[in-house]
This record gives sequence, C-alpha cells and structure tokens, in this order.
Amino acid sequence: MSSMNRVLTTISHKEPDRVPLFLCLSFYGAKELGMTVPEYFKKPENVVAAQLAMREKYQNDCLYSFFYASIELEAFGSETIFVDDGPPNAGAPVLRTIDDVFRLEPPEIDTSPGLTRVLRATEMLKERVGNEVPIIGIVMSPFSLPVIQIGFEKYLEMIYFRKDAFERLMEVNDSFCAAWANAQLAAGATAIGIFDPLSSPSLIEKPTYIRTGYPVAQRFISKIKGATAIHLASGLTLPVVREIAETGAAILGFGVADDPVALKKEAEGRICLLGNLNGLEMTHWTKERAHRTVKTVIDQFGKGGGFILSDGHGEIPWQVPEEILIAVSEAVQLYGNYPLE
Amino acid sequence: MYIKECFYTSKREGESLRMYKFNGLAEDFEQALLNTDRVVATSIFRRYAEATEGFSHIERLVVNTLDQIGEKWERGIVSLAQVYMSGRICEELIDEYLPVAAVKRRESPRIAIAMLIDQHALGKRIVTSVLRAAGYNVIDFGQGLTSESLVEKTIESRIEILLISTLMYRSALKVRELRDRFERAGYPVKIIVGGAPFRLDEGLWERVGADAGSRKASDIFALLEKEVLS
Repeated sequence: MSSMNRVLTTISHKEPDRVPLFLCLSFYGAKELGMTVPEYFKKPENVVAAQLAMREKYQNDCLYSFFYASIELEAFGSETIFVDDGPPNAGAPVLRTIDDVFRLEPPEIDTSPGLTRVLRATEMLKERVGNEVPIIGIVMSPFSLPVIQIGFEKYLEMIYFRKDAFERLMEVNDSFCAAWANAQLAAGATAIGIFDPLSSPSLIEKPTYIRTGYPVAQRFISKIKGATAIHLASGLTLPVVREIAETGAAILGFGVADDPVALKKEAEGRICLLGNLNGLEMTHWTKERAHRTVKTVIDQFGKGGGFILSDGHGEIPWQVPEEILIAVSEAVQLYGNYPLE
Repeated sequence: MYIKECFYTSKREGESLRMYKFNGLAEDFEQALLNTDRVVATSIFRRYAEATEGFSHIERLVVNTLDQIGEKWERGIVSLAQVYMSGRICEELIDEYLPVAAVKRRESPRIAIAMLIDQHALGKRIVTSVLRAAGYNVIDFGQGLTSESLVEKTIESRIEILLISTLMYRSALKVRELRDRFERAGYPVKIIVGGAPFRLDEGLWERVGADAGSRKASDIFALLEKEVLS
C-alpha cells in the first residue's frame, strides 16, 4: 500500500495495512544535511533534499513542506530570529498597538520571498513523488496568528474587550491565510495542516472559543480548496472534538493532555486523530522506551483506523536523536500492522 | 449576579458582630475573575477590604483564589487566558489597595523574573501579576536575554531568587548555561523555572540545574515559602 492510500484509508476510519507514521520534521532537515538552520531555509532545494532523505530513512508516510511559523509574519513585514540549532522564532510583533489593526492589509503571497520559497519546495516535492506520498503544507490559523502578530497580552485584550479590532484582524487574517493555504494546494500540497493552539481549552475557554475562534475556523476552512487538518499543538482537545470536526477538518492533532480512552471514543467516525508522542521526552528516550511508547499509543488509538502516529506538537525537536526516530519507525512496522494484535 | 450576601449581623450580649462567610465570597470573587468582570471583582474586593483588617486577609483572598484558578487550569477546567486575566485584575486591585492602606510591598527575598532568549512573554507576565497581587516586589529583567547579561543583571541587583519563564525548548536548555555561569561567578542565587517545556518534560528542571520547577504560576507561593524558610 502506498503512503497516500494508507493515509486516505485511515482518514476514512478504516484499517489500512498498518498505522501511518507522520514524523513532522521541519528544521530537523538542517541536521540531516549537516547545515545550520538559517543556511538550510535559504534554498528550497535543501528542504526537498532533506524531506526525501528523511522519508527514506524513517519510512515516513508524509512529506512536510512546512518551513517555520514566522515565515507568514515575514509577509506582514516582521522579522524572524534564527538560531543555528533550533526553530526560528518570531521577532517583535508587527502590530505595536491594538488600533494598528485598522491599518493592516493582507499581504500578497507572491511578493514574499519566504512564502515563494515554500511554494517552490512544494512544487519540487510534488514533481518527485506525484501522488504516492501526501505532501502536508502548513498555515497558522487566522485565530492563532495574532499571538505572534501583536503578542498574546494585547490579543487577549482584543478578544475580551475590543470586538471591533478583533473582527478587523480576523478579516485580514482570514483573507491572507486562505490565500496562503490555496497557494500551497495549487503548488502541489495534498492537504493543509492548520496550527491552531488557541482553539484548545487549555488556552481559551470553550465558551469564548465558540463565540470567537469557532466561527472564524468555520469561515476559513470553507474557503480552503482541499483537505485540512487542525493541530492544537499539545493543548487539550477532548472538549472541542465535535466543534473541530464540524469545521470540516479531516484530521485533529493532539498531545498528551487528553484522556486516551475518552478521546478515541469521541473522535471515532468523526475525525481522524494524529498524535501524540511527547517530543520533549523523546530527547532522552532509550530505544526500548520508544518501542514501548509506540506500542502503547497504537494500542490506545489504532483500532478501526482513524489514527496516524505522530508527535503531539507538530514538530520534532532538534535534540531528538536520529536513532530514536529510527526506533519509532521500527516500532510502527512491528506493532502497527493491521489487524492489530 | 455574582455577589451573594457576604456579611450579616448577629447580636450576642448586646454587641453587634459582623460575621464573614469566607467561602461564599471567595467563590464569587473567583467567578468574577473567571468572567473577566473587573467591575464585580472590584466591588467584592472593596467590600472585603472594608470588612477585614490588615493585609494578611486580603493576601489570603487573592492568593487562595489565584491558586484555585491555577489548580483548575491544571485540571483543564479553566484556560490560560482566564489565568492571565485573573492575575491582571488582582494585580490592579492590589496596586490600588496598597498605597491607600499604607502597606509596603515585600522587598525580601529579592526576586527577579526574566526570559532567556524567548521574546513572547505571557508566562512571565502571569507570574509577575500573581506575585505582585500577593504584595511581592518583583524586578522584571525583560525578555530575549542571554545568560551572560542575565548573570550581570542578577548580581548587580543582588537578586536572591531568579524566576525564569520559557516558551521554547532550546531556551529551557539554556538554563544549564546560566547555572554554570552563576557557579563560576560564585553567586548563590536560587533559580526557579517554569513554562511549557518544563510542563511537558517533568524532570527537565533538574537536568538543567534549576533549584525548582513550577507547573503553574501560583506554585511560586509554596516555593517561595520553602526558600524563605530554608
């Protein structure tokens, strides 16, 4: 079975030949090529070479065309802070005051050098793998992007007390994020992963989410011309599984915060789960621990399909040793074959 | 309607005694904070301040309430946004109360807070609010700092307890470098760490050489008590 068929089968809540493995390897590609992170992201060819090499090495069932989150902010005029051996980080927020949102306009995709590099990498990956392997593009959700656009504190003031400014910012972000998602699909991405940590009740309480982030997600996802996944980046997911499924997303990324039995039951037949290895703990796992944990997670979530093994945050840390990723891959081959024992 | 009747008057041997039902009041105060309702929270706080004498009662209300809210966040019942807003409202109330009551902030132990490397400072803001709401003075060294500059600032300000808030895993690992620099300088500061990396990897605080790790902002009260008494 090809990776594409394996993934499509599990998303349909049926059992494929084995549990699909999505190792979300973004800046980790620099380590694969022996480069620093800033050097790595300068050329789309680097990302393509690393993605193909890491798919081979770890038997990964996806290619990840994601560069880094703040690349979207670069389009708005913000800067990215690079380090040699870790994820690029967003610099100072592009919006200094809440009222600045009324002067903000959605940037054009094709005038941003960073976004153009992502699109070129996506095109090259598509040329290499065709429809054999899903290519996952990433967009920050319109609702969560403001955390790095204006800073969490001012954004919370907007959510609770400045409805006019909140709505204006959502309008700008919805327009930009939908255009960015569709540009990646047009370049060859199979599906769009949406990072949306603020939709988790760990960060925003559900009643406020229902009033704010939920309608934003419904509107945004309806504009995306392809399959979508929503990732809550380690936050609690269980209380909002139904709402997220109702946005039309096919996959939900989850972390270690949820009750596995309750989550599997809630998601069954509604939305495919993707998770939930603890990336930070993986930095000091042994191979035995990797095998044991993968087996446990597959036991908890694998039955009946509707499950992709991945990490719980959407990004493998630089410090995770290669041999642990290989051990995770081996364990999936060993314990993930359907029918599960 | 969040305010229940909090006080009543009873007569004993001809003397009016004003009694206080702490639990009902605390629940109303907590609910007002969780609803980010500054008006109701302020009203309850002022009534309580009028009915009690001394900062210790006020401190107990604020600290207990923020701790309850922190506990509920740990259990997934309330959100980080509610934790943040509650801390900010309490900080504002205490800022208003202390000068009026002629109460000075606690200057001992000397506490500072900072972010190593990271720029986005919600966690630092929450801890600062919670401490200030309990009457502590906290020096904010800012964010995006290198370990070298943080050591300099700490020594220069004669800090006894240094709180490090982190967002990124790489920044959490930098605490080891910070600890090594303090040891080389022979400066005996206590380092308490918190933030997402330490929540996701429970043994991390020890591996990076911190003196303690904090899962939620209000844990700081117990940790400080322990440090102060030790």
